Parts: sequence; C-alpha cells; structure tokens
Amino acid sequence: MKKLSKLRAGFLAGLIMTLLAVFFVDINEAQAEYGDVVINNYSDGAGMRPVVFPHWFHRMRFRCKVCHADLGFKFKAGGNEINMVKIIDGQFCGACHNGEIAWSVENCNLCHSGKPNTPTQVHESTVQKLAQPTGAPKK
Amino acid sequence: MTRGRLRPRVVFAFVLALCWAIQSMAGEWMPLARDGIHDPKSRAVKILQQPQEALSRLTPDNAGNQVRWVQALDKTEIRPREKLFAKTEVRKLDRDIILDVKGGMPAVRFPHRQHTEWLDCVNCHDGVFKMQTGATKITMFNILQGEQCGICHGAVAFPLTECMRCHSIAKGDKQPVIPPDVNMQMHRSRGPAP
Ligand code: HEC
Ligand code: HEC
Ligand code: HEC
Ligand code: HEC
Ligand code: HEC
Ligand code: HEC
Repeated sequence: MKKLSKLRAGFLAGLIMTLLAVFFVDINEAQAEYGDVVINNYSDGAGMRPVVFPHWFHRMRFRCKVCHADLGFKFKAGGNEINMVKIIDGQFCGACHNGEIAWSVENCNLCHSGKPNTPTQVHESTVQKLAQPTGAPKK
Repeated sequence: MTRGRLRPRVVFAFVLALCWAIQSMAGEWMPLARDGIHDPKSRAVKILQQPQEALSRLTPDNAGNQVRWVQALDKTEIRPREKLFAKTEVRKLDRDIILDVKGGMPAVRFPHRQHTEWLDCVNCHDGVFKMQTGATKITMFNILQGEQCGICHGAVAFPLTECMRCHSIAKGDKQPVIPPDVNMQMHRSRGPAP
C-alpha cells in the first residue's frame, strides 16, 4: 500500500516536472517582442545574419501608413523581396536609412542582427504562443 | 509518505510556479540578447534599444507589446510621423461600424477613428473590406487564420486573445458563449512567404 502511493507520488511529480518543462521552454522561446519581424529570404544564403525589424521601435516614430501605404511595404513578412540593391536605391528600408531620416546602410550589423538560420517570421505574443499546442507545425 | 499529505504540497508548488510564470510575463520585456531571435554574439545587442527602456514609459496593457497604443497616441506620449512626403494626403474618418454577431458573442464595434490615426484607407479598402457595411462576410474563422482583422490583430496590433476589445457591445447582460467550432489554436505565426 505504502509502496503504491510512493510510486504514484513519483509519477505525479514526474508529470508535473514535464508539464513545467514544456511550459517554460515554450515561454523562453516565445519572448521576442510582439511584432518583431525576422526577414531571411537571402541573408543566410549570403552569409549575413538574418534581418530583425522591430515594429514597436518604428511605430513610436511613424504611423503604419508611412510604411504600408506611402512606401508600399506589403503586410507579409518576407513578402517584399527586399535586397541591398533596392535599399541603396532608396526603396523600402532605404527610404529612411539613408543618413538623413535615420542612420545609413553602413551599419550592417544593426539590421543584420538575427540568430543565423532563424526563418522568416512575425513574432507573436507570449499569451498567444501559450494558447498553441507546443511543437505545432509552422505553416 | 501518504498521498493525502503529498498532494496539497505538490499542488501548492505548482500553483506557485504558475503564479511566478504569469508574473514574469506581465510588465516585463525580454532583453534582446535573450529574446531568441537576436544573435547574442552580435555587437548589435549592446547598441540597439531595449524594449523595456522605451515601452515601460507608455500606457500599460496586458497583451501584445504591453502598451495600449491607442491611448499612448491619444495622450501624445508618442508622436509618430504621419507622412514622409509633402504631397501625401493624410486621410481620417470618424465613423463606427457595428457588426452584429449571430449566437452568444457580444457584437463587434469597428472604430474608424482609431484605425485611421494609424492607417490609410488603402490598407483596408477595397482589398480587404468593401466600403459598404455588411458587404464583406467577416468571420472569426478567417480572422484566426490571419486574414481580415487578423492581418494586423495577432501580428502587430493588439492580439486576438483580447476578445472583448472587439466584441465590445454586450447583448443585454448575457454572458458571452464561445461556440465549440471556434478554435483558438488556429492562429499561429506565419512562416516564410511562398
Ligand atoms: C536598414 C537595414 C539594413 C542595413 C543597414 C543593411 N541591410 Fe542588408 N538587407 C536588409 C534587408 C531587409 C535585406 C533582405 C533580407 C532577406 O530577405 O534575407 C538585406 C539583405 C542583404 C543581403 C542579401 C541580399 C542581397 O542584396 O544580396 C546581403 C548580402 C546584405 N543585406 C548585406 C548587407 C551589408 C554588407 C550591409 C552593410 C554595408 C547591409 N546589408 C546593411 C537590410 C539592411
Ligand atoms: C518603418 C516601417 C514600418 C512601420 C511604421 C510599420 N510597419 Fe508593418 N511592416 C514593416 C516591414 C518592413 C514588414 C515586413 C515586410 C517584409 O518582410 O517584407 C512589416 C510587416 C507587417 C505585417 C505583416 C506581418 C505578417 O503577418 O506577415 C503587418 C500585419 C504589419 N506590418 C502591420 C503594421 C501595423 C499595424 C503598423 C502600425 C501600427 C505597422 N505595420 C507599422 C514596416 C513597417
Ligand atoms: C519610415 C522610415 C523608416 C523605414 C522605412 C525603416 N526605418 Fe528603421 N529606423 C528609422 C528611424 C528614424 C530609426 C531611428 C534612428 C535613430 O535613432 O537615429 C530607425 C532605427 C532602426 C533600427 C535600430 C533600432 C534601435 O533599437 O535602435 C533598426 C534595427 C532598423 N531601423 C531596421 C530597419 C529595417 C530592417 C528596415 C526595413 C525593413 C527599416 N528599419 C525601415 C526609420 C525607418
Ligand atoms: C483597418 C481597416 C480600415 C481602414 C483603415 C478604413 N476602413 Fe472603412 N471600413 C472598414 C470596415 C471593416 C468596414 C465595414 C465593412 C463591412 O461591414 O463589410 C468599413 C466601412 C467603410 C464605409 C462604409 C460605411 C457605411 O456606412 O456603409 C466607408 C464609407 C468607409 N469604410 C470609408 C473609409 C475611409 C474613407 C477610410 C480612410 C479614411 C477608411 N474607411 C479606412 C475598415 C477600414
Ligand atoms: C491594417 C491593420 C488593421 C486591421 C485590418 C484591423 N485593425 Fe484594428 N487596429 C489596428 C491598429 C494598428 C490599432 C491600434 C491599436 C493597437 O495597435 O493595438 C487597432 C485598434 C483597434 C481597436 C481599438 C482598440 C482600442 O484600444 O481602443 C479595435 C476595437 C479594433 N482595432 C478592431 C478591429 C476590427 C473589428 C477589425 C476588423 C473588422 C480590425 N480592427 C482590423 C490595425 C488593424
Ligand atoms: C480584432 C477583432 C476581434 C477579436 C479580437 C475577436 N473577434 Fe470574434 N469576431 C470579430 C468580427 C469582425 C466578427 C464577425 C462579425 C460579423 O458577423 O460580421 C467576429 C465573429 C465572431 C463570432 C461569430 C462566429 C464567427 O465565426 O464569425 C464568434 C463566436 C467570435 N467572433 C468569437 C471570438 C472569440 C471567442 C474571441 C477571443 C478569443 C474573439 N472573437 C476575438 C472580431 C474579433
């Protein structure tokens, strides 16, 4: 009888540990700022770190319409086929990162700051991540 | 050790851990070096601004960026530019649209004012929504898949977990009912462009 309850307790503790582990791993993986976009169509292939675009930082300075209407950014992570030729030509990020409105393209590292091999994505809130099954296939 | 003594202790520990986890999610922004997408080895994580530094000064919220962006803008805590080019026409509209919902959920109020502070008409009309009330069939299914309102809500604007911020018009004092066919797990981060 005693043995059985010990076994049970062990099992319960184990179950709770796994639950917690799953829970915390997921939180850690999910804490990038809400709305951060990783753009990695070409960067990895070109030996550069992927680009991290922070929405929170830019929306404190510009309304959405500046980028998504005037500058023509489509609402799709990785959907604008941005490359350095276009940027230096003054399109996309280059409309501002030209040494006038914001610092210029020389600062490669500030845009190319992502962890290598991070796929193109939009980062969503922790709360939402928690509502998803862990290890769900990313579409 | 008997089961009777152990169980409350385990449950207590679990509740404590859960409280801690929830606590650590609210009002705290992850440093860039540990956020999972910045390369901690890059020099940039020392130069870039930490979200905590900028966002902790704005009207707080409990979801998304933990900033109530509409209020931060209305109270001029932030003054984001409206245009880059002198010729750009800034268009705004102050008109609420009420979208009634079948079933138990409160009706949805779509406010044009708050949206056109941030967005231009072309961001929604006529690609996503027709300029006529009721002309577009809007469903929670599409929204949770990242279409319609879900293009922005769930990616950049406040997330879809905040049901009542959209379903804000109560039907009497009935409690909202979440029908079994609404799957909260459908909306997940979208991957690379096809
Ligand atoms: C303002 C932000 C920004 C800066 C600064 C910047 N880049 Fe980029 N770069 C991008 C974006 C966005 C892309 C597209 C990323 C992708 O899809 O992988 C890109 C893509 C690239 C690519 C792959 C595509 C191509 O055009 O060949 C290379 C290589 C590259 N950058 C090199 C550089 C170098 C070198 C510098 C510094 C001289 C630099 N970048 C500075 C934003 C920037
Ligand atoms: C400084 C420019 C800029 C501003 C301001 C800006 N965005 Fe973006 N947005 C971007 C860029 C860049 C991307 C990524 C596009 C790419 O990867 O090609 C993006 C992508 C998006 C996406 C697509 C995410 C997905 O699901 O793939 C949405 C939605 C979005 N932005 C909404 C907004 C909203 C809402 C605002 C205002 C609160 C806003 N943006 C302000 C530049 C901006
Ligand atoms: C509408 C103008 C505009 C566009 C478009 C724009 N940026 Fe910026 N960006 C700015 C400004 C302004 C700053 C702040 C510059 C400063 O502090 O001197 C900035 C700063 C940044 C920073 C540094 C944030 C920090 O923590 O200091 C990064 C990274 C960045 N931009 C990336 C990008 C990328 C990548 C793109 C294109 C996908 C882009 N930006 C497009 C205006 C813009
Ligand atoms: C964030 C998205 C969004 C933006 C931005 C937006 N609208 Fe709308 N608009 C809607 C939605 C949603 C409806 C309701 C559609 C439905 O019921 O099918 C609507 C409906 C309308 C209607 C029909 C109203 C009626 O009484 O029938 C008009 C007119 C309109 N919008 C004008 C504008 C104008 C002008 C702008 C720019 C100043 C604008 N909208 C910006 C989403 C938007
Ligand atoms: C193109 C992007 C976009 C689309 C599409 C969109 N929204 Fe929004 N919405 C925003 C932004 C940006 C805000 C500002 C608040 C924020 O960023 O959290 C906002 C704010 C709101 C608010 C006000 C919240 C407050 O704090 O007062 C409501 C309500 C709302 N949206 C409902 C809707 C509904 C309902 C739809 C679909 C019919 C919709 N939105 C479609 C971008 C969008
Ligand atoms: C961004 C705004 C927004 C948020 C957040 C939101 N909804 Fe909705 N919801 C809508 C709109 C718009 C409709 C369609 C209204 C109509 O019928 O015209 C809708 C419709 C529904 C319906 C009716 C059935 C259907 O599929 O169309 C249900 C049920 C529902 N929502 C549940 C929820 C629940 C539960 C949540 C929170 C987890 C939620 N909604 C969050 C905007 C929102």
